[in-house]
Amino acid sequence: MSQEIEYKYRPENLNESAPNVHTEANLSREEMVINIGPQHPSTHGVLRLEVVTDGEIVVNVVPHLGYLHRCFEKHAESVSMNGVIPFVDRMDYVGAMNSEHAYAMGVERMLGIQDKIPKRVEYIRVLVAELNRIASHFVAIGTYGLDIGAFTPFLWVMRDREHILRLLEWVSGARMLYNYIWIGGLYYDLPVGFEEKCAEFISYLKPKLKELDEVLMNNKIFIERTANVGVIPRNLAINYGVTGPILRGSGLRLDYRKVDGYSVYPELDFDVPIGSGAMGQTGDCWDRTWVRVEEVNQSVKIIEQCLTKLTGDHKRTREFDPRELVPKKIRPKAQDLYVRAENPKGELGYYFRVDGRSDVAVRCKARGCSFSNLSILPAISKGHMIADLIAIVGSLDFVMGEVDR
Amino acid sequence: MQVEQFKNLIDSKLGVGTVLSIDENTTPTAIVVAANQIAPVCQVLKDHPETLFDLLSCLTAIDNGPEANTMEVIYNLYSIPLEHALTLKVFIPRDQVEIETVSHLWKTADWHEREAYDLFGIKFMNHPDLRRILMPADWEGHPMRKDYVEPETYRGMKTIREEDDPI
Repeated sequence: MSQEIEYKYRPENLNESAPNVHTEANLSREEMVINIGPQHPSTHGVLRLEVVTDGEIVVNVVPHLGYLHRCFEKHAESVSMNGVIPFVDRMDYVGAMNSEHAYAMGVERMLGIQDKIPKRVEYIRVLVAELNRIASHFVAIGTYGLDIGAFTPFLWVMRDREHILRLLEWVSGARMLYNYIWIGGLYYDLPVGFEEKCAEFISYLKPKLKELDEVLMNNKIFIERTANVGVIPRNLAINYGVTGPILRGSGLRLDYRKVDGYSVYPELDFDVPIGSGAMGQTGDCWDRTWVRVEEVNQSVKIIEQCLTKLTGDHKRTREFDPRELVPKKIRPKAQDLYVRAENPKGELGYYFRVDGRSDVAVRCKARGCSFSNLSILPAISKGHMIADLIAIVGSLDFVMGEVDR
Repeated sequence: MQVEQFKNLIDSKLGVGTVLSIDENTTPTAIVVAANQIAPVCQVLKDHPETLFDLLSCLTAIDNGPEANTMEVIYNLYSIPLEHALTLKVFIPRDQVEIETVSHLWKTADWHEREAYDLFGIKFMNHPDLRRILMPADWEGHPMRKDYVEPETYRGMKTIREEDDPI
């Protein structure tokens, strides 16, 4: 039955589908074009960088995207709103719980049930989202170390991340793409004994974070490799729509968990770390990485508070049904709504338009944080060495699944 | 600031008639702006000390289909120092989908506009580098349009999977 795929190969196919911006004609003497990616490990996925170099100095960088484009927005127009959640998972696949949380929040606001969600549901959501935030930051920190030659921290954080993935697998049945946070509730309550295991994990993790701080962040080689590299001034970051740890690394205390105070974040006590140029200039690669490490500590703090609440005021009862408010029929009134949330990588926004006649959104645009964060790359990497370009790309911590959607 | 004040500010700076209407059915509240005035309106909103919209959160395009014969471009603005948000909406006719770019004000609009051009075919005038961003450069058509018909093949590969096709 299987047919041969008749792919019409011509040597110029590649150049026609994603042509280089720079050609021999518009390069000056001594300049040359180097192609990095899309299958290069340091591009963290399938990003292609067209780099114009003069010797070892980067003159210009042109990112080429779209190798992982899976038509999220088109799918969201043809699948009912609760069916979109698995697609949402696949955008930022290392921080899927956070994306689900933002999406569910948006639809709940359109339905007008956002204030009726039981507190236990909200605390569980925050708990799993913060666990996932730690996992996402671990990937960012570990692979960043790997990019610039520190192998050990990568193995350490991956070991610790594995515990988080197993906890989340226990909760939802999947390691990375959960479909756990539903519109109006959750797939299931936490499994029995989860709170204890999670507390055990937190007490295991705390000394490991101190170790990570010593072996990576205060490592002389790491500091010399990242300090004063890829400095992003604060105004430039805002102008490029850069958010999340990168903007905070540039010294602006903007965290939507604090600013918007969505879900139960106003009831929780945590700090928002910002970069201060401790090792070089404010907004360099070291600052961004430090902010991520510090945010892991803050997430640990949030998780501890959530666990206290989930075993105290909002503890498991026989009557509690996390699906109690899950609507049988999702039919919001006709409206437009923009919802945003603080993802591990920055501001994740959804723009919804619903017509009030069906449970399928007319339009659901996803504003991926990685998309905007990546767009600053050409502006900050000019004049650096090629090796520093790799350091800058790693410090931006994008996930191509969210860039291309 | 309230949406009425935004409207009055824009009208006083750029003349009455710049703001066409206020759309209360959008969160954050939207004002509908005349299509040829979008760049000056954004300039005012970005620079005026009472508005200071320094962050363009999101830029969305919507196709209302051949019957309504309009497309919309939607700008979600946020002011970090003043902590207020506003949505701008622009309607453009479907047979002439052209609008002024705002990428000189917010650099983030550069890629967002390229995406809108790629998926909806909206031409952003004076954009520095209007190329496709997500689809291949030689793709035909703009996939998010309501009347888009997917080409049957791309370089000899079938784009639609048949039911009995095992792959």
